Amino acid sequence: MKKKNNNIFKKIADKAYEYGFFSNVNTDIIESGLNEDVIRLISDKKGEPEWMLEFRLQAYRYWQTLKMPEWAHLKIPPIDYQAISYYADPTKKSKDNKNKEIDPELMKTFEKLGIPLEERLALSGTAVDAVMDSVSVKTTFKEELKEKGIIFCSMSEAIHEYPDLVKKYLGSVVNYRDNFFAALNSAVFSDGSFVYIPKGVRCPMELSTYFRINAANTGQFERTLIVADDNSYVSYLEGCTAPMRDENQLHAAIVEIIVCENAEVKYSTVQNWYPGNAEGEGGVYNFVTKRGDCRGNNSKLSWTQVETGSAITWKYPSCILRGDNSQGEFYSVAVTNNYQQADTGTKMIHLGRNTRSTIISKGISAGKSQNSYRGLVRVSKNADNARNYSQCDSLLLGSQCGAHTFPYMDIHNDNAVIEHEATTSKISEEQLFYCNQRGIGTEEAIGLIVNGYAKEVLNKLPMEFAIEAQKLLSVSLEGSVG
Amino acid sequence: MYNEKEYIGIFEQHRKLIDEPCAPLLNDKRDNAIRLFAEKGFPRTSDESYRHSAVAKLFATDYGLNIGRIENSINPHELFTCDVPNLHTRQEYIINDCYYRNTKNSTILPKGVLIGSLNDYAKSHAYMLSSYYNSLAKEGDSLAQLNTAFVQDGLLVYIPQNTEIEETIQLVMLLRSNIEIMSNRRILIILEEGAKANMLICDHAANNKQSLSTQVLEVFLKDGASLNLFELEETGAENNRISHLYVRQEKSSNFNHCNITLTNGFTRNNTHVMLSGEGAETNLTGLAICDKQQHTDNNTLVEHITAHCTSNELYKYILDEESTGVFTGKMYIHHNAQQTNSQQTNRNLCLTKCAHMYAQPQLEIYADDVKCSHGSTVGQLDENALFYMQQRGIPVDEARHLLMFAFAGEVIDNITIDALRDRLHILIEKRFRGELNRCKGCSLCK
Repeated sequence: MKKKNNNIFKKIADKAYEYGFFSNVNTDIIESGLNEDVIRLISDKKGEPEWMLEFRLQAYRYWQTLKMPEWAHLKIPPIDYQAISYYADPTKKSKDNKNKEIDPELMKTFEKLGIPLEERLALSGTAVDAVMDSVSVKTTFKEELKEKGIIFCSMSEAIHEYPDLVKKYLGSVVNYRDNFFAALNSAVFSDGSFVYIPKGVRCPMELSTYFRINAANTGQFERTLIVADDNSYVSYLEGCTAPMRDENQLHAAIVEIIVCENAEVKYSTVQNWYPGNAEGEGGVYNFVTKRGDCRGNNSKLSWTQVETGSAITWKYPSCILRGDNSQGEFYSVAVTNNYQQADTGTKMIHLGRNTRSTIISKGISAGKSQNSYRGLVRVSKNADNARNYSQCDSLLLGSQCGAHTFPYMDIHNDNAVIEHEATTSKISEEQLFYCNQRGIGTEEAIGLIVNGYAKEVLNKLPMEFAIEAQKLLSVSLEGSVG
Repeated sequence: MYNEKEYIGIFEQHRKLIDEPCAPLLNDKRDNAIRLFAEKGFPRTSDESYRHSAVAKLFATDYGLNIGRIENSINPHELFTCDVPNLHTRQEYIINDCYYRNTKNSTILPKGVLIGSLNDYAKSHAYMLSSYYNSLAKEGDSLAQLNTAFVQDGLLVYIPQNTEIEETIQLVMLLRSNIEIMSNRRILIILEEGAKANMLICDHAANNKQSLSTQVLEVFLKDGASLNLFELEETGAENNRISHLYVRQEKSSNFNHCNITLTNGFTRNNTHVMLSGEGAETNLTGLAICDKQQHTDNNTLVEHITAHCTSNELYKYILDEESTGVFTGKMYIHHNAQQTNSQQTNRNLCLTKCAHMYAQPQLEIYADDVKCSHGSTVGQLDENALFYMQQRGIPVDEARHLLMFAFAGEVIDNITIDALRDRLHILIEKRFRGELNRCKGCSLCK
């Protein structure tokens, strides 16, 4: 039966990465290399105020003192930071055409990705900020949101329009001194989304950002900042894809979230960067720092991620539970196939009283991939009555892959209740046999079992995203069972 | 900042003196060991596996080293009386790091069994031991290397094929010195095919001077061999210990290990089990009861190298006052280790706000047909159970003790020597009541 399975999946395994096309857009790319002049140039191109340039330079100088971290369970080939171009602008206008129209080629690209930038075509209830390479192409439904007082725009725009807000919050959760990639990002970040939900406002639609790397030899360094003021609510989605290329591309982003009193933020990601081919060539290096600060009492932050892409993933969306009664949640499905490597998980830092956190992580490894969960639960001395529940399950498909679990529990309080459990298993012959008996084909059965396994997490995603994620999951695993 | 150089200096300066009383087998390994130690230095807290255990500072004290092998005039038979009733053991002593030769053991050992000074046997049975000594520890971290460089004696236990020693071998390690002392001990245990043994190692300290013990145990279990190894640490707040236990298990061998830390200063136990023969089974259990500023760190690595092996781990900590507990348990399942069954459990009770627990249960799995799980919890005593007992007229303090006792019982019950288990139950009860702060066994403390 094994052999038969192999054949079934071999066929579909060769199916190409769906979003691997390249768009021929007129792009302004600066020369590769990184030095203070490059940072000045980026800042200049964006017409940034002096304080922003200072912020960048400070981060760059600090970055120079750092070494690439090596603690993750990843084999990262040396990265030549001088060989990357740090700014690529696909919206460059030709000299004789200075109107605000977006290049039709760009519009087509996003349409092809299923992200229509025309508001009338868009699915109702989702506002999109589309970011290609280093620049935000368009943000939809801005006006409607503005009526409610919600700010949803690109980061560059926010620096100009709302400097006070940006100054107040930027870097307040992820300091440029946080880690190697945070310092790099703080120095060269180009665009991203800025969201501000004012007091007492419930955001009427899902906000989403779509990231696309298009140009070759560039890195994407976006920065997202979400501020949910008292008693507000927002659900934010993030999606990403990149063309298929033989060389690796670097993506080092920072997401900062500030959750004030009684506010709630839901952040969902479907990460589908190009994972490289079956031989492990090419693919995106996804080194991301994501962190939310639950500053207010009774605040809540929920991370949901479906990680299917990227050659290497290094990502730990975290919650700082500072306010009393604040809650953090982390739901993750990470799928690795072929030669992909993922070291992902979360950090739950309990500082306030009566804080609660939940971690559900499902790893699925196939092919020759390595999939690790790494998570920290820290309960500080004053975090009375902290409660944490962590569950990390791994599913192994094939005998060449690896599944690893590295949880850390640092407990400094006597009345914390912390539970962690992890299991590792594979799809058993019995399960498949049972499905076959009921007339379900092997291929379908595997999809069924994997989706059932990941259901706990997929259920947390907004509807449209959940459907996409479910499809992605089966595509990512095709050809992996045998 | 740290004084690696001082230790290397002492080593180089006194090399002749270190080598003189020792067997060539021990001396041959020193050069490589000190080189590796010099390369790596003391582990820092920036090293992942020593994140919460700052061992380097322990080496800052100016310890005395008994390199000249000055005979200790202590008679352990007078100093130490084992207070476990009905525990009939064959007692061996290591005082500081010297093997005590005048042990009064009446029973005659079966033919071929060797129990005694490691240094003596390394001279007389050099060829036989050469393939064992330091073969596992040479891969160890810098502290294991430091031990190899300085070690001069220890204990050898060799049990030939199909031989069973019914009497438990008890190794008593006594610390007694008028100055701050560092002792480096080495224990080599070899069980040939089908051999069986029980062993108890207890750590005692007979005075309040600061001490640092490094010990390396290498255990080899051949096909079908079975060893129960119990370690009991009952020293004082001034006594620090860094222990490395390496175990290599062949086909269908069985290893049960129970490590109990009752009183200590700073303890770091490294346990590395290699399951390299099919059907091998290992059970690791540990219990630490800490208060004041005790620090207990158990670091285990179980490597499943071949298929069809089983491993179970159960570690429990009860942390009171300002004590710190660290548990790192890694299960590493190699690519070929299909049909592995591996379980790890770590449960911890924090009794005060100042007690710290760091737990890192880890899985590294490279084979797909395995059953692996780990679980870890940190919490308090069950309020409902406490309430229930109070309802039944049991005072709250008593109820607490009963629950903690039950919590610890799960580990103690794995001890197969009845007399020792019963004694431990009493010891632990005393420990909870704060009545046990010195080793009851030694006459000096009474």
